[in-house]
Amino acid sequence: MSTKPKVAFYWCAACGGCEEAVVDLAEGILDVAAAVDIVLWPVAMDFKRQDVEAMADGSIAATFLNGAIRSDEQEEMAHLLRRKSQLMIAFGACAQLGGIPGLANMWDRNSLMERIYGGGEGGEPRTTHQDNGRSVHLPLLYDTVKTLAQVVEVDYTVPGCPPTPALLNDAVAALVAGKLPPKGAVLAPDRALCDECPRKESKPEKLSIAEFKRPHQILIDHEQCLLAQGLMCLGAATRASCGARCIHGNMPCTGCFGPTSRVRDFGAKAMSALTSLMEAKEDKAILEALKSVPDPIGTFYRYSLPASLLARKRMEETPNAG
Amino acid sequence: MSEFEPKIVAFFCNWCTYLAADLAGTSRMKYAPNTRVIRVMCSGRVDPQFILEAFARGADGVLIGGCHPNDCHYQEGNYKALRRFYALKEIVRQMGIEDERLRLEWISAAEGERVKIVVNDMVGKIRALGPLRPKPQQEVTA
Repeated sequence: MSTKPKVAFYWCAACGGCEEAVVDLAEGILDVAAAVDIVLWPVAMDFKRQDVEAMADGSIAATFLNGAIRSDEQEEMAHLLRRKSQLMIAFGACAQLGGIPGLANMWDRNSLMERIYGGGEGGEPRTTHQDNGRSVHLPLLYDTVKTLAQVVEVDYTVPGCPPTPALLNDAVAALVAGKLPPKGAVLAPDRALCDECPRKESKPEKLSIAEFKRPHQILIDHEQCLLAQGLMCLGAATRASCGARCIHGNMPCTGCFGPTSRVRDFGAKAMSALTSLMEAKEDKAILEALKSVPDPIGTFYRYSLPASLLARKRMEETPNAG
Repeated sequence: MSEFEPKIVAFFCNWCTYLAADLAGTSRMKYAPNTRVIRVMCSGRVDPQFILEAFARGADGVLIGGCHPNDCHYQEGNYKALRRFYALKEIVRQMGIEDERLRLEWISAAEGERVKIVVNDMVGKIRALGPLRPKPQQEVTA
């Protein structure tokens, strides 16, 4: 029996990009595999749920779970892995904040089903189906997308959409060496992206934005601060450690690394920081300038709606049937 | 619905609107008792997180009171408040919360009467709307 720490990778409501981050370790994956025993990794290895159920409680050193929680199956797996693991690590923006799938909180189960399956011949999918005495089950889709921490206790968080391989490497190294920070920490520096931005020097002392520009509307200069060019760059509100990769690609920050530790609601804070820089002073002019931000929720809460203070769009009064 | 008493959180700036509310009080003006006033140094200090947290924790409406344009004690604070207010208003609208539940008013220290009018008007409108969260939501969840 190996004495190496056991590690599990699991995915819930996610796109697969976080798995890609693990694969992006490239030959580094061999070092990880040498240092730990991978006991569950559905995207790459053939383990089943029963294998996890058969393990003793607490026998997995750490589970890296990516993706948000939006079905009963995902919630069950989160609870199961929590029970089997000493450490539960929320891996990536979806597990941490709800991520892109979290934007489904602008909808609810009924309106989604109506939009996707409404008027169809077969109706919407059911969770159970009987056929010749056999019973088939599908997971139940929730009204509200949740973060991992809203479902089970989370010990650490690795931010990003996706996290960088370097962050994962550091997390695994800290785990193997037993040098983890106090519980609850986000395993990344606690400062804003502007701090490590290669264009920091070109940020003017005082910013004044007439209207926000979207990347396709202007020719973007390769060296000047993106905010100074009027682009909606969320770097000022976003945690550093991505290596400013979007900025290097001449695109503004969209906030995937989430807030620093002093901020409760990422979208509100990002909105506050950026819109207060606008030039306009009068009601009419402000409203006119704000037309350049056609979808504030999609802009400021792109990765963090479920983790926000309001968490979801207000639901209709009529209750939904399961 | 007749028993519904709206809960309104009011952020009043130290230099204008809070003094106006004080004046309304010392002048023995009567107005609806539904506001919980929180004094802040400037309307520009009202972090949008405060407003969203008020809604998340059960407020039926949020009122922000600051100095008139050009009158800000800190010169620019009320302009920043106004820009954030309009941006937040759109966010709140997208989240399905009615317009009347979030309001910003410029009320100078001399305008005690205006506090009375604004608070009464807002309470009336929110009373007509009903509670922000009418009953425990029945969600499809585990």
